[in-house]
Amino acid sequence: MSAPPGPAGGDAGPSAPTAPTAEKKPAGSVRETLHYAVRNPKLLIGSAVVLALLLLGLIGPPLLDTTDPNAYGGPQAAPPDSTYWMGTTTFGQDVYAQFVHGLRATFLVGVVGGAIAAVVAMLVGFFAGYRGGVLDELLTMVTNVVLVIPALAVLLIINAYLGVRSVPVQGVFIGLTSWPWAARAIRAQTFTLRTREFVDLARLSGNGTWRIVFREIAPNMSSYLFMMFILLFGGSVLIASSLDFIGLGPTGGVSLGLMLQSAQQWSALSLGMWWWFVPPGAGITAIVGALYIANVGLDEVFNPKLRES
Amino acid sequence: MRRYFARKLLVYALTFVVAVTVNWMIPRFMPGDPVASMVSRARVSQPEAAEAMRGYYNNLFGFDEPVWQQYLHFWGALLQGDFGISVWVFPTPVSDVLLDALPYTLGLMLPAVLLSWIAGNWAGALAARRKVLDNTVLPAGYLLTAMPYMWIAVILAWALGSKAGWFPISGGYSLDIQPSWSLDFVADLAHHWVLPFLSLFLVALGGWAIGMRNMIIYELESDYSSYLSALGAPQRLIRRYAFRNAVLPQITGLALQLGVLVAGALVTEIVFAYPGLGSLILAAIQNQDFFLLQGAFLFIVIGVLIANFVIDVVYVLVDPRTRTGMAGGQS
Repeated sequence: MSAPPGPAGGDAGPSAPTAPTAEKKPAGSVRETLHYAVRNPKLLIGSAVVLALLLLGLIGPPLLDTTDPNAYGGPQAAPPDSTYWMGTTTFGQDVYAQFVHGLRATFLVGVVGGAIAAVVAMLVGFFAGYRGGVLDELLTMVTNVVLVIPALAVLLIINAYLGVRSVPVQGVFIGLTSWPWAARAIRAQTFTLRTREFVDLARLSGNGTWRIVFREIAPNMSSYLFMMFILLFGGSVLIASSLDFIGLGPTGGVSLGLMLQSAQQWSALSLGMWWWFVPPGAGITAIVGALYIANVGLDEVFNPKLRES
Repeated sequence: MRRYFARKLLVYALTFVVAVTVNWMIPRFMPGDPVASMVSRARVSQPEAAEAMRGYYNNLFGFDEPVWQQYLHFWGALLQGDFGISVWVFPTPVSDVLLDALPYTLGLMLPAVLLSWIAGNWAGALAARRKVLDNTVLPAGYLLTAMPYMWIAVILAWALGSKAGWFPISGGYSLDIQPSWSLDFVADLAHHWVLPFLSLFLVALGGWAIGMRNMIIYELESDYSSYLSALGAPQRLIRRYAFRNAVLPQITGLALQLGVLVAGALVTEIVFAYPGLGSLILAAIQNQDFFLLQGAFLFIVIGVLIANFVIDVVYVLVDPRTRTGMAGGQS
């Protein structure tokens, strides 16, 4: 599938963020963090690219003459020129119009899929890690089972048969299948935190599990969780593009993956219409790649150990 | 170590049961009726004939039994290697259709998985050594992992296939050649194999390189490395130890990555019209062939389970800690 941030390196994502510095931060550290954030080229370049594309997706569509990105208005199979910045398809559709609309679908599926996967991963990871015992065994077992079954295979089946074809629903399904590696990583982090003094203190003061997890443990790995969300976001975008490409994308709309699919379907390749298949893939690569690179930057900002090198 | 394997086997067994159950549910609880679609495809005009056909198919696929019995029968048939009959290429058994496609997918996946792992780890280890390399390997690695598999496949087909004309861009072999074990055919096969392989290889490569780089840097900063260098050990020796330790998680990562690469192989096959499982799945979806899709899903899951098991065994062989049972429990 296109790869969800395939858990390549170690137990977490390909660029698994390094372990958080698990200490309660003094108040002044926000300024310190900002200080390093604005000086980190990886973070700056990465987020600039993502923001630029987000902005294009937001303001691009209203600036177009037409509201329907799939309208058959232009000349057929025209290469890019001043009127049609990214050329037109075999049917005279404006590739640029499709591209800016498609960006919206891409960001939406990333947010929905990433958020749902993050929530599930947090629930499973926190409770397995904090409570331990039988609950841990059980949750770990479920996590491992879901981890071994290829997510795309499940998504194929769900999509092919339920026939629910909208971007948010697609995001929900992707979120529900892509959480396991993140849950495992969060569980491991929670393990290291649960024996700390401040957690013991909270426990002694009679706080419940829920409160300790979300008041004491979660805030101490907030940077870690944020980076994890970014990876899940990128993964959702990639999985969605695969589903769209296979022909299981949203119907009636437009997304970058659907553009690739129709380019493939109408043999843009053998017709040499590179402007049809280069922009959508480049858009996805730019968004996901910039997110990953910004993530490395964030890691360096949050993690003093990585800063000097 | 026994505990480690017991756990692993339990997870694999559970996964298998879940997969089979999901699989069984596919044609039964989904909207859309495979039997109806077959009957309508036969274009029988008389209602009685259509009804007779419906009854025949229902009986053939076992839809006329109580649900729990269907479930048990499904297991029984499956354990005998019976995956049912394909609707799309009726009446070929699904297992035959899948077995024809399997060698192509395996021939693509196995080399892509292993070679990208080896090359990626090598590139990552190099990147961790030199700043200059790091600044090129890292961004390149991230861009590669960020690429959708099918896009890099399309780009490669365009650049090396259409433009340069070096490789054919579609099919598993030329249509004017009969599949056989002749030298000509094998050469043709290899020629068609290059581009799909390359697209899978490149995307996976990026992830491994980054993972390895991160792990090595982490190891080089660890206590044993500082201790070694305080003792005055040569940098080469320290790096060798770091490499050894960094490679272990990469082996676990290999198992995790498999499920992801399956998906990559699917869409790559579709781009190149490569005659493997991916193309079959597409055909199954387009033709509403529940049984073929069912079979393909199960094939993939079984494949991933077997591969995971092999990797687990390898892991035990290379990691002495697992052998003594110290680190087995978690993974």
